[in-house]
Amino acid sequence: MDFAKTIPVIWESLPFILGGITWTLSLVFGAMLLGLCLGIPLAVGQVYGTRTVRGCIGIYVWLFRGIPILVQLYLFYFGILAYLSQVPSLAGLGLDSAFLAALLVLGLTSAAYQSQIFRGSIQALPEGQLKAAQALGMTESQAVRSIILPQALRLSIPGWSNEYSILLKDSALAFAIGVMEIMSRTRTVAALTHEPLPFALVAGVLFYLLTHMGIRALKTLERKVRIPGYARQGSMS
Amino acid sequence: MTTPQPILRVEGIHKTLGDQLVLNDVSLTVNRGEVKILIGPSGSGKSTLLQCLNFLHHPDQGRIWLDGREFKATSRRELCAFRQQVGMIFQDFNLFDHLTALGNVQIALIKVKGMAKAKATHRAKEELARVGLADKMDLYPAQLSGGQKQRVSMARALAMDPKVLLLDEPTSALDPELIGEVLAVIRFLASAGMTMIMATHQIAFSATMAHEFLFMEKGRIVERGSPVHLLAPGATSRTMAFCAKINELSGDLGMAERRCASSSSALADKPQGGHGTT
Repeated sequence: MDFAKTIPVIWESLPFILGGITWTLSLVFGAMLLGLCLGIPLAVGQVYGTRTVRGCIGIYVWLFRGIPILVQLYLFYFGILAYLSQVPSLAGLGLDSAFLAALLVLGLTSAAYQSQIFRGSIQALPEGQLKAAQALGMTESQAVRSIILPQALRLSIPGWSNEYSILLKDSALAFAIGVMEIMSRTRTVAALTHEPLPFALVAGVLFYLLTHMGIRALKTLERKVRIPGYARQGSMS
Repeated sequence: MTTPQPILRVEGIHKTLGDQLVLNDVSLTVNRGEVKILIGPSGSGKSTLLQCLNFLHHPDQGRIWLDGREFKATSRRELCAFRQQVGMIFQDFNLFDHLTALGNVQIALIKVKGMAKAKATHRAKEELARVGLADKMDLYPAQLSGGQKQRVSMARALAMDPKVLLLDEPTSALDPELIGEVLAVIRFLASAGMTMIMATHQIAFSATMAHEFLFMEKGRIVERGSPVHLLAPGATSRTMAFCAKINELSGDLGMAERRCASSSSALADKPQGGHGTT
């Protein structure tokens, strides 16, 4: 293979490929956000909920952690969403969008994983924190919101940055249902030029850079919200 | 002298944790301005009793009256209202680690009492000043010494205007040189007429301000009486024996006897049965 020849081709196709970053990042940030909004209540429910609540959450987590993302993408895109978009009252909502399917799958799966990160952090807090809050007359939900979560979420940032890097790379699977993110675009160009290797490298470099930048940003966040007085911890290297 | 006014009264408290009967038919009354001291070996149920008194543990049996009204933990709302009136000081402080000293004192005022932030800040500063920490209010728990943390936790409890303060071995987790500053606050509160029930091993100290000692063993109160009585020279009380044992464990037997004796003779000068000056 002649790399010298492919460089102009890569250069030429770069604007098209870079256009995929918007889709990749919308997908990842959207899914992180959905996972965060669902993952926190799931974690709280799993720690403080009744038996039934804990059981239901357990099943949810088990399902979404157990089914491969690719399978879920097909199930949502060709199954659930395709079916719903046929329902007359839901027509015109754009439910048959591949982006929506990918967003839901990644978001719901991430919620399952994130809930376990948050649950671990909540359970790592000393029991006395909740007791002290209750002794002051706080309800359990006040205590969770003002005392438990502010501490647990701080503890979750290292695990959360791991979740970001996994989600980012999982988002590449969305090419399978035709979301025009980075992977789809590099594959399209590779197919047109019959040069799969250089474009796989381009995709690899882009994903690497996005992972690196995201983790840097989360490290900064971790440092910003660190509680003064605590010794620097291993994760702060 | 006014007639004693019961603030907190409990009758027949039973509590089982796991398969162990931790509290076995405990009854006590504390009147306004009184200081009652719970003593006894560890595992005797002091801590569980205190936690039952503000429903951090729900007693299996027994009745509780606060300020003349019987409390039944029927609704969550009533439970929270009850706990606001019964302050609790923990052995290991349990300060909220993500909040400054000021934030620790302020948060329940805002969230529970619904106080406006400016007013809560003002009140919190007052309480911190009262425990001598006006200059530390912007520090986080991890930046404070043990004694300072315990004083913040006292300010936090006092800001809620509790009718009675429960103290669960407030100095047991402290280095010896830091105990004094916490005891000073407790002594100040007693002299200001605060009603308190305290579990402690600081017998000589508490003898100087307690109205009654309650000696617990195996989930029961097995001996009760004024410190003067229980610690009188030559007394054969369980309390006296326990006191000697504690001091013996700290390795100074002769000193122990002198301390028990001196604390009781110091008491002889103290007016009996009086309420603290308010």
